[in-house]
Amino acid sequence: MSNDADCEKCEELLQGYLDRDLKPEEVLVAESHLDGCEYCRRRYRFEAHLRRYIRTTAVERMPAGLMAKLTELRGPTAEGL
Amino acid sequence: MSESGAAEPEEDAGRRIANEARERVRFEEEALGFADQVYRVARRMVGTREEAEELVQDTYARAFRSWRSFTPGTNMRAWLLRILTNLNTDRGRKIQRTPDQQPLEESDYYLANRLAAVEGEQALDQEQVVERLSQGGVVNALAELPHDFRDVVVLVDLGEFSYADAAQILDIPIGTVMSRLHRGRRILKKTLAEETLT
Repeated sequence: MSNDADCEKCEELLQGYLDRDLKPEEVLVAESHLDGCEYCRRRYRFEAHLRRYIRTTAVERMPAGLMAKLTELRGPTAEGL
Repeated sequence: MSESGAAEPEEDAGRRIANEARERVRFEEEALGFADQVYRVARRMVGTREEAEELVQDTYARAFRSWRSFTPGTNMRAWLLRILTNLNTDRGRKIQRTPDQQPLEESDYYLANRLAAVEGEQALDQEQVVERLSQGGVVNALAELPHDFRDVVVLVDLGEFSYADAAQILDIPIGTVMSRLHRGRRILKKTLAEETLT
């Protein structure tokens, strides 16, 4: 069973839950609420998917050529060892 | 003992120099191994590709100069990012940006609720629903975050640094990392809702 106050509490805990940064007793509160509340469970899934999406879409690989420029910055002793 | 006093025998000096050179080469190689990861974080902390490239080059130039101050066995990726964020902050101060306005954030569920209103509650069950936000939408929303928030969000959510590492890199208390992260994510979601769902 859930009510608005429980959902509010769950919303408050959800980011920490996703970050694995809750105290054990808070994990218990979040998980027992998520078990019984489809509304929050959907939002939990959404938040997890959103994080993955942000991480993968916002990533831009290093441009070709930058590595060569960085290698040139190395100290004079880099060769012959 | 001998007349030469504390002076090192030539042979030992030669060995010491060679050892140090080897250590330095090892350091440089390890650091270069993180270049792509460093770039990825840099790219989202600044506005353009060119700025990111420049920032990464400045970071490596400084890192190679001050390699002796790195403690072997500690987190080199975090060490490099610390240099990078310091350089970025110095640069930011020189450019003298306008003081950040602190945008209002909405609740944590705001974006999910907005999406549910547009696409239906069941849509939230599908992973593809996030694609509605689009890559461009995500990149823009990150770019629009005030930089104090952006730095933390980029380090933790893109760079996958721990709160503790982010605190060390940015030289701020861990509690500040957490509050900026939470607020930054909310602002990000509000921007995404406003810019991609209207």
